[in-house]
Amino acid sequence: MSRANIWLWLVAASIYAFLYVPLAIVVMYSFNDSRLNAEWVGFTLHWYKALLNNQEMLTAARNSLVIALCASLSSTILGTMAGLAIHRYRWKFLPVLVFTPVAMPEILLGVSLLLFFLQVLNVTLGMVSIIIAHTTFCIGFVAIIVRARLQAMDDSIFEAARDLGASPWQTFRLVTLPLIVPAVVAGALMSFTLSIDDFIITFFTKGVGEPILPIQIYTMIKVAVTPEVNAISTLLMLLTLTMIIIAARLEARASSNRNNSRQAR
Amino acid sequence: MALLEIREVTKRFGSYTAVDHVNISVQAGEFFTLLGPSGCGKTTLLRMIAGFDLPDSGQILLDGKDMVGTPPEKRPVHTVFQTYALFPHMTVAENIAFPLKMARKPSHEIKLQVGEALDNVRLSDFGHRLPHELSGGQKQRVAFARGLVNRPRLLLLDEPLGALDAKLREEMQIELINLQKNVGVTFVFVTHAQNEALALSHRIAVMNKGSVEQIDEPSKIYSSPRNRFVADFIGKISIMNATVLEAAPSHLKLDVAGLGHVTAAGNQGVRTGDRGVMAIRPEQVRISHPSTDLELKNHFHGKVHDFLYMGDVTTYIVELSNGIRIEALLPNSAPGRAKFFEAGDEVAVSWRHDAGIFLNE
Repeated sequence: MSRANIWLWLVAASIYAFLYVPLAIVVMYSFNDSRLNAEWVGFTLHWYKALLNNQEMLTAARNSLVIALCASLSSTILGTMAGLAIHRYRWKFLPVLVFTPVAMPEILLGVSLLLFFLQVLNVTLGMVSIIIAHTTFCIGFVAIIVRARLQAMDDSIFEAARDLGASPWQTFRLVTLPLIVPAVVAGALMSFTLSIDDFIITFFTKGVGEPILPIQIYTMIKVAVTPEVNAISTLLMLLTLTMIIIAARLEARASSNRNNSRQAR
Repeated sequence: MALLEIREVTKRFGSYTAVDHVNISVQAGEFFTLLGPSGCGKTTLLRMIAGFDLPDSGQILLDGKDMVGTPPEKRPVHTVFQTYALFPHMTVAENIAFPLKMARKPSHEIKLQVGEALDNVRLSDFGHRLPHELSGGQKQRVAFARGLVNRPRLLLLDEPLGALDAKLREEMQIELINLQKNVGVTFVFVTHAQNEALALSHRIAVMNKGSVEQIDEPSKIYSSPRNRFVADFIGKISIMNATVLEAAPSHLKLDVAGLGHVTAAGNQGVRTGDRGVMAIRPEQVRISHPSTDLELKNHFHGKVHDFLYMGDVTTYIVELSNGIRIEALLPNSAPGRAKFFEAGDEVAVSWRHDAGIFLNE
């Protein structure tokens, strides 16, 4: 191995270390048999058991799951529709309208949604306002994925369906939907992961009522970084990672099908 | 009554007129071709017949019924797309069954008809395959089968052979002719390949810049093009400026710039004094040694400028004494010889009194 090569490997290794060592430490200390995040004492599942008895944490986790499920469901439906509309109508402002919230700083979205809920709609903040807020920033992600899938497909497929006697609705149900399903599912998983660990927008739109997981974790850290925080973080990481892997697999499978159909043309 | 009647159809996209007052009528059972260079409006016209686009003005009648307001799925017209447009998530059999399902045929009948359709295109063993597991030619045949299975009144074909290599293309052309003969469905075929149009069609409409230049049988289109565009677009042709000296019903006497007097085929629309071009096909021009004594009226001397060897034939580009170039085609009938003349050879060219055609500018 040449000198330059060694340096390249070192740089790469340190960057990856920078990315993943903190995460590894969190996971490691969640199994550490000590109150302090200082030195390795021994292996234990104590903190996970403690988590199960922490009523407030369990409520927060349940709330977050409910929010993530509702927000990902609604944003998947709306985002899929938006993706289809952008592909179909080619109206140049439509993508801007749909994709802008994706690029918008979260703090801005959070503040504006807070003002909107309080001053314009005059509603009490809570689960519903969080779900709506999460839906607004997830729609764009779903739309991007669905639209990318549509762009990679031959439009004459949809015309062929109409041509062969399918109504617009039958065309959607029998041809369009089956073909975009991988993108729709990937979009749903993506929304779920974005929603479940969102802090900033949740912080602004949650009000004073229900505990929400990321905010609950933050509150606990303010007191002390206990191994319980490590445990819940590890679980959250595991959930998110699983979702991302599934989403990536779906996308890869969809694009390999796509390549097959391209090739043969 | 014509099966398909296109009356004064116009379609604009912004300021661009894609189809300009087109009139065409297609008879039942016909293999009709829309031929023209890309951008001539042939595909736009096809899309309007299918119902994907609506004409800005004019009418499209099918069996005498105006199709405006009838969506694509309600028209008894099916399309074979250039990209085949097979449904990638359905098997070959499911693809072919699709139009039958949409027409709510009973399932035992669907099974029977799909089997028959697969037989027709020699794909009986491929029913369970997915489109991406097929070769280009096989996909093409599935697309034909799917378009024909529900016996549409009209089958539209949008450059369906465009993606195939030359050899396969020829095979599919023969297959297509037989398929049309067997099922008796009327075909409207779109292509930019003139040899394909000549080989397949009963009649051809040559289109240019949104308008129809000529509608005729292939042999008429080839031998009596109505204008310079048609002459130039279909096959090879040499074109020279000419003035009419004498117009008789049986023949024309022309003054071809730099060449002198030439006798050409009679043409009723031509008057003495008309200016235009004389056009002549390479295979009508005889090329011989200058010493050969020829009785043909149109007889000129020149030099071989260049030649194109194509295997079965060689095209010689002959520069006449006045600098005008004319193409002459000679079959390579002597075994083992690629050509009869070399570049630079002195030659004589001649053609029959009715081989040249005069076209008004």
